[in-house]
Amino acid sequence: MIELDNIAYSYGGGELLSEVSLKLAPGSFHFLTGPSGSGKTTFLKLCYGALSPTAGQVQLFGKDVREMDREDHAMTRRQIGVVHQDCQFLDHLSVRENVALPLTVASKDSLEQHSNLKELLTWVGLGHRASALPPELSGGERQRAALARAVIMSPDVVLADEPTGNVDWEMSQRLLQLLVELNKMGKTILIATHDLNLIRSAKHHVQARVLRISGRKLQLAGADL
Amino acid sequence: MSKGLNLSSLIMGDAQADRVVPPTGFTARLTLFAAGAMAFLTVFALALSLASGRLATRWGDELAQSSTLRISAPEEQMAAQTAAALTVLTGTPGISSARALSVDEQRSLLAPWFGPDLPLDSLPIPQLIEIVETEEGYDGAGLRLRLQAEVPGAVLDDHTRWRRPLERAAGRLRLLGWIAIGLIGAATAAMITLAANAALAANAQVISVLRLIGARDSYIARAFVRRFTLRALMGAAVGTALGAFAVFLLPSAHESGGFLTGLGFQGLGWALLALIPLLAGVVAYVATGAAARRTLGELT
Repeated sequence: MIELDNIAYSYGGGELLSEVSLKLAPGSFHFLTGPSGSGKTTFLKLCYGALSPTAGQVQLFGKDVREMDREDHAMTRRQIGVVHQDCQFLDHLSVRENVALPLTVASKDSLEQHSNLKELLTWVGLGHRASALPPELSGGERQRAALARAVIMSPDVVLADEPTGNVDWEMSQRLLQLLVELNKMGKTILIATHDLNLIRSAKHHVQARVLRISGRKLQLAGADL
Repeated sequence: MSKGLNLSSLIMGDAQADRVVPPTGFTARLTLFAAGAMAFLTVFALALSLASGRLATRWGDELAQSSTLRISAPEEQMAAQTAAALTVLTGTPGISSARALSVDEQRSLLAPWFGPDLPLDSLPIPQLIEIVETEEGYDGAGLRLRLQAEVPGAVLDDHTRWRRPLERAAGRLRLLGWIAIGLIGAATAAMITLAANAALAANAQVISVLRLIGARDSYIARAFVRRFTLRALMGAAVGTALGAFAVFLLPSAHESGGFLTGLGFQGLGWALLALIPLLAGVVAYVATGAAARRTLGELT
């Protein structure tokens, strides 16, 4: 579904990533790790088409990113759920409306979805916060709301960028558990994190592969960290 | 992208889509005000155009169909020359009737200038003959030649000499009115574009969030376009109503037929007013659509 073929990405000056190849198989669970500034976020952006590689080829669901127009990008984002490090919401809408926003913009608002929405909010533990406005949420609640929003369209892939960056250990375990549950439902998961403890704790629950960005290259880290 | 902006969904609206863009009180009020003020001005420009158009037509119609023959002759020849002139005139194709004015009629024509007590009999007043043309009109040059031969004292005045510049002036006035309407429309488009750009810039975060979760450009644009179109429509409706009321209140004096007092709407002219808010809506729709497309195109 997401295929990177020998890609490179460089900013104005230097090269950030080079010779990166990856094929995300359906149902797989990947961690992406590496030091700060090594290009984890850039890598994720390449994976959902927010950036185009400066060399090589990225294919999303069989389509070359360079040949996709804005309309195609919009459609792709409905198939890839993204949880950002600094999750942004529409601050004037309630949590419930924010989580349902992908449905709203896709004109898939229906009564049936309404009960799904309620279930989803309960699942991420925000059932009681449904009417709150995003600025009233704590860091952990924001991350969970972002996760709920990322999965409401029932995407095939969920990409998460440091989803546990601003939350305590207990909350990060809870988020991880939600992502593991999603993976068990058949979703492909890719989590960028620099938190090795998180990766270690995931090993007990899921067959996860760990990718490490080091020296501009992407390496498959050993099974044991 | 334009196919997404279809008109019916724009008017029907989508309550959810409307909520996506946060309400902005200030630009909303500015847009309403600008549209209203512009519509108010348009009403007057339109009234000016229509009134000068009517004036030009009226002058044209009333004066084109009649001309005057003036006979200056020694008193003893006057009757003979008048009779000869009438014979020539009635025999000319394109003239439906010719009639010599009576002494009383001539006196009443002169009264405004010389007073009612003018001793007309003792003065060498030329005889006037009123000529009414048919639709086709007559050949002025040919008639002049014939009159020259048979009625040497006759001077034909078909009014074109002074009618033309008046008609031209009225026409220019009407043109100015339409130019003013065009400029007002363009200024409205400019103002709404500025307001829309401000709203789009202020909502940059909203737009990026919407793009992120898979909203199409057309969906985002529609949320803005709909809002500005409705605002312009509403503002212009109020402005037009106020303008129409102001025109309605203008004192009218039909008989004296002055130009300023003729400034108003008649018949279908009132129906034209209904077009002003619609046009403002169209202008806002196009201007906001272009602004939204431009802004969205610059985003990744």
